[in-house]
Amino acid sequence: MDAMVRELSYAQAIQEAMAIAMDMDERVFLMGEDIGVYGGAFQVTGDLVERYGADRVIDTPISELGGAGVAVGAALTGMRPIFEFQFSDFATLAMEQIVNQAAKMRFMLGGEVSVPVVMRFPAGSGTGAAAQHSQSLEAWLGHVPGLKVIQPATPYDAKGMLLAAVADPDPVMIFEHKLLYKMKGPVPEGYYTVPIGKADICREGRDLTIVATSIMVQKALDAAAALESEGIDVEVVDLRTIRPMDKQTVIDSVKKTSRLLCVYEAVKTLGIGAEVSAMIAESEAFDYLDAPIVRLGGAETPIPYNPELEKATVPQIPDIVTAARDLAKGVR
Amino acid sequence: MATASKAVTDSRANLPFVYRQYSAEQLKQVLHKMYLIRRFEEGAEECYTRGLIHGTMHLSIGQEASAMGICMPLAEDDQITSTHRGHGHCIAKGAEVKRMFAEFFGKTTGYCKGRGGSMHIADVGKGNLGANGIVGGGIPIAVGAALSSKMMKTGKVVVSFFGDGANNEGAFHEALNMAAVWKLPVIFVCENNGYGMSTSTARSTAVKNIAERAAAYSMPGVIVNGNIFSEVAEASHQAIARARAGEGPTLIESKTYRHRGHSKSDRNRYRTKEEIEDWMSNRDPIILFESELREFGFIDDKGIEAIRDAVAQEIAEGIEFAKASPSPDISETGNYVYTEQA
Ligand SMILES: Cc1ncc(C[n+]2csc(CCOP(=O)(O)OP(=O)(O)O)c2C)c(N)n1
Ligand SMILES: [Mg+2]
Repeated sequence: MDAMVRELSYAQAIQEAMAIAMDMDERVFLMGEDIGVYGGAFQVTGDLVERYGADRVIDTPISELGGAGVAVGAALTGMRPIFEFQFSDFATLAMEQIVNQAAKMRFMLGGEVSVPVVMRFPAGSGTGAAAQHSQSLEAWLGHVPGLKVIQPATPYDAKGMLLAAVADPDPVMIFEHKLLYKMKGPVPEGYYTVPIGKADICREGRDLTIVATSIMVQKALDAAAALESEGIDVEVVDLRTIRPMDKQTVIDSVKKTSRLLCVYEAVKTLGIGAEVSAMIAESEAFDYLDAPIVRLGGAETPIPYNPELEKATVPQIPDIVTAARDLAKGVR
Repeated sequence: MATASKAVTDSRANLPFVYRQYSAEQLKQVLHKMYLIRRFEEGAEECYTRGLIHGTMHLSIGQEASAMGICMPLAEDDQITSTHRGHGHCIAKGAEVKRMFAEFFGKTTGYCKGRGGSMHIADVGKGNLGANGIVGGGIPIAVGAALSSKMMKTGKVVVSFFGDGANNEGAFHEALNMAAVWKLPVIFVCENNGYGMSTSTARSTAVKNIAERAAAYSMPGVIVNGNIFSEVAEASHQAIARARAGEGPTLIESKTYRHRGHSKSDRNRYRTKEEIEDWMSNRDPIILFESELREFGFIDDKGIEAIRDAVAQEIAEGIEFAKASPSPDISETGNYVYTEQA
């Protein structure tokens, strides 16, 4: 059966997924700051409060630690909360409940419980919102066993992965780049899931592999298109999930292309690129490498307010083009 | 700070606090600054609309008496921590509007050298330790500054501004408790404008008045009409005296209203036009103060006109200064992350 496919924005795709989840399961509900009549800071919940009522689309006070903890407690005891952080930066206020409680509860209690909470984090720079509203903190949570951490890069994946997250018995953290919310793409109607823990080869190529996350996937695809005219054939792998990571897809790709470039917006050091690089260095793909692995990540600085500085702080398409070309041509 | 002479104060004996406390010149200065805040906000808003300023901003139009009332009795080296809605606090504490505009334009001459923008506006030289992008983020920092004041015996008083929304963050409760236990010279100023973004205090907060929360931390909780300069200034004056005397913190709840939406992306769906209209036309803090000044004979139409003209010129010059200032160089992306070694 082929479901009707329409063009939806990334934000609309998430909203549709939440509506479907609430229609399918009365235990699913939404919590967050200004997600009701305001529609969410990025209009992701939109008019859901009108359709599902204030009992299922709950505006919390400005209390991230408490709010996240309430979601954890409800998930622990039979409900299926989807908790929206207004900005991913405010995860820092809720780290206790996410890292010490949600992530470890099942383990600490010897498998007697599970915590099927979903948390959504609008992330990333590019909006001129400066240092405390522009961070990419997904690797922080990716470091914590017990959590699953995903970064859908398209409207299609945003819907399918959110539905997979709601169905998942464990805590799933979804990082949504704010600049993706308006991105449009094909999204089928109705229920479908996109598996957590599976990377996506979104462009096949022979000369090098770019492993990218979130907004960098589209930028990598644009860079790959630009390099095509130069005769450089780039494979782009959208990691999609950073924990648990789909190692095999990356390993197979690198075995094929023998060159690896990792592109991500978060600060370069101690980030996803480090993990992917080390994972390749430890794998059988290492012997296939024809050049050192290259990482392109955010500069070692908080995100500045000034727009030119802000752009210079995270990888842009020309940076990816240059890095990929140099890597393909053996320029160090 | 020069205050009104005894003879003058006697003749004003029945007037509200500030008219007994301050000279005519000082009172005119206050009106000047309230206009400066208002016109600064309007100027910033216009620059934003014209694409000269990017990002977002939170305007304090309607809350000018609160900022001025709290800051007027502070000494220059007293300190404040401010909020995302912090332009008014910054001006009230003595900042120059041209350097604020420059910051919003992302220029090196801005108070934060173009790194912070509206949400992090600061003026460390004048004791403003900074606006904050994190709701409630400045409250414990103010307590820390007050701890420094006590340990270093500087005599400084610290004011922490925050909104009604912030009183539901854990940081608020933890900070108030410590300040009270250690009797620190800090004043907590909750500018209650009725809403945290779209969420009214009735929907977010278990107590009717945020000042009631002072009881839980054994400090005075004072409610003032935040749109009446004199009421705010009097409460601030008393809290400062208490803090300087080593008697500890005070929580002041300043009830006010923001005329504009929460930020640049607000559709005002959570409040009625009538409500906004009522506050704008019947309870505008500048109109209220101006008519008192006029009524009590401190200023006439000509004096008001002169203030408005001077303010308009200051704003125009500030914007020109910002436009003409240089942007930071891309090569300086890594600056200020750590302290530069000499
Ligand atoms: C920790 C944190 N949570 C949420 C936000 C998003 N946010 C910014 S301002 C705001 C409302 C704050 O309300 P209030 O404290 O009453 O101040 P007001 O905006 O009314 O001046 C919210 C929810 C934030 N910046 N920081
Ligand atoms: Mg408020």
